[in-house]
Parts: sequence; structure tokens; C-alpha cells
Amino acid sequence: MAATLPSVLVTTDWVAQHATDAGVRVVEVDVDTTAYDQGHVPGAVGWNWTTELCDTVVRDIVPANKLEALLGQSGIDNKTAIVLYGDNNNWFAAWAFWQLKIYGHEDVRIMDGGRKKWLAERRDLSTEKPRVDAKTYKTKAPDTSLRAFLPEVQQAMKAKSAGLVDVRSPQEFTGEILSPPGLPETCQRGGHIPGAKSIPWGKNCNEDGTFKSFEDLQALYSAQGITSDQPVIAYCRIGERSSLTWFALKHLLGFKNVKNYDGSWTEWGNLVGAPVEKP
Amino acid sequence: MKPEELTRRQEEIGGWRVSIETYKLGDVYHCTISNVDPGARFARADGATREEAESLAIEKATRYLAQTRKFTS
Repeated sequence: MAATLPSVLVTTDWVAQHATDAGVRVVEVDVDTTAYDQGHVPGAVGWNWTTELCDTVVRDIVPANKLEALLGQSGIDNKTAIVLYGDNNNWFAAWAFWQLKIYGHEDVRIMDGGRKKWLAERRDLSTEKPRVDAKTYKTKAPDTSLRAFLPEVQQAMKAKSAGLVDVRSPQEFTGEILSPPGLPETCQRGGHIPGAKSIPWGKNCNEDGTFKSFEDLQALYSAQGITSDQPVIAYCRIGERSSLTWFALKHLLGFKNVKNYDGSWTEWGNLVGAPVEKP
Repeated sequence: MKPEELTRRQEEIGGWRVSIETYKLGDVYHCTISNVDPGARFARADGATREEAESLAIEKATRYLAQTRKFTS
């Protein structure tokens, strides 16, 4: 297994020095879609995950033509280095990263520590949207090896052929609550997929929002039997927290076969007759 | 502009632990409230003073948290 792959992470220092370089585009993607307007990295564009990073008719990831338009109007072409960051230790930055990798963008990075660290360091914020020159973008064929659909998860559960990682909070895992406190409930039953291991997403991160070291991450997952010699499927409620865990496993620990199940608990927990485990 | 007077603290609202983050940017105070676990921002407000921004955000957070049900059986 390779050591940490630093090419996918950049520091806040690096962003402060290179945010407006030619060939670099910094993008903020937040859980709270209004956070960008409360001040963002100067030069950064903002993407709204609820309208711009999904199909708003069918439940699905962003369609290729919509992503091409979004990237083009953000001043991004196929050679641009995209640097993502956001609130909540980069939850939705990782969601955007995962989708960009599905569509084959080569140079995507995450600002380690995200918005939390940038703010804590009292770095400059801007409330103005940058003026960008539109570019042309062409997506590649979707890489479905990064994404798990329901039948594959059902099969993995039955055959115990993959490590299932539930990254939600312990209260969601046990079924005590159906969604994070303060957020809408979107499933009918609580609990978890039988056999899944509870490894909350936040354990990937340090207190300052940065990712933990290779050694700490390896210890975290191996202690629960999640190792690189088996396929791994991560899930949460709607697939965004698990995209952060997918990022850590795939790009920081170097696991070859890791998928994000974006149907997640809002799919499984609504299925009639689906097996549910509650401790 | 640089963010000023940044504070982060944890409190309990309606039986849930939350993080309250407030900072001033220009003339506006921005307050956001996140659940501690898993850490999602779910209420925010702006104000001309810290007190105004925080009280508005806490009011929203209280309303949203009241809708979260616990299933203990």
C-alpha cells in the first residue's frame, strides 16, 4: 500500500498563494448552501450541492451535460486544477470530488481543513463573486467502479463479500434517530445494513478539520477489520458523508476497490422488506 | 476582509449538543449552528451585533431541533 498521496490535498497556505493562479480554480461547496455568501476564499466560485451537483428531477448524481455546463461557466476546462473546500470538514467538497472523479477529471484536490481551518487562521474572505471567463469542458465516460448501487450492496451484504462502512453518527447507526439533529428525516426505519461497521466520518479528521495521518487512518480502519485486501462500500444517509470516507480510503490510504453507495440509508431505510440490524 | 471576533463554543439546545460559530465580516456578524454529531450546519443568521445574530440563529435551531424524534424502543 502506498503512503499518503499528498497530490490530492493542499494546505491553506498553498491556497492563499495560488488561489488565483492561471490553471487553478478554487471552488467552495458547503452543506449550508449560504455559507459561500458569508465570505469565501478570494477568487473562489461557489457551487450549490442541492441544485448544481445532482439531477434535480431523478434522484441521481449530476448528469454529464449539466456538469459540463457548470464547470465551463466556472472557468474550468479539462486541464484546470480544481481545489475544493467547504464547511463541516469538507463534507460536500468530498462529494464534489467524488463526482468529478466519476467523470474523469484528472487534477482535483481538497484544501485540507476546509472552511473551518481557513476561518480559524483568520485568512482573507471575500463576499464578491469572482469574474470568470467561461471555458469549454468535456466529461469522460462515467467511472462506475467508484459507485455502488443497491443490488451490489444487497449482494455484498448477503455474501459478506465487501466491508460495509456506515459513516453516520452512532445514534443514526443504532436507529435512535433517523437523521442528524436539526435536519429533515427522509427514511422510514432506523438502524443499519446488517454486518456494517460503524466508523463515523468525523473520525477521519483532526480537531482543526484536517485529515488524520496515514498511520492514524490505517489504525482506525484496520481496528474494525476494514483493510485494503477486500472491496469496501461506504454509506451514510444520502452519500455525502460517505464520499469523505471514500476519499480517505481511496486517496489517502490507497485502497484500490472502494465504492460510495450514494443511495445510502435514505434508500435502504425506505425499502419494503429490506433487512435492518439494530443493536 | 479578514474575519474578526471569531468564537466557537458548544451548548445544549433542546437536549442536543450544538456548536455555535460566530464571526464578524465587515459590518455584519454571521452565526451558524451545527449539531456536534455529526457536525452539520443546520441554522444560521446574520445581525448587526453578535447578540442579534446568535439569538436569531438559536431561535431557528431550537425550532429545527424540536422536529428531531428519538426512537428508543
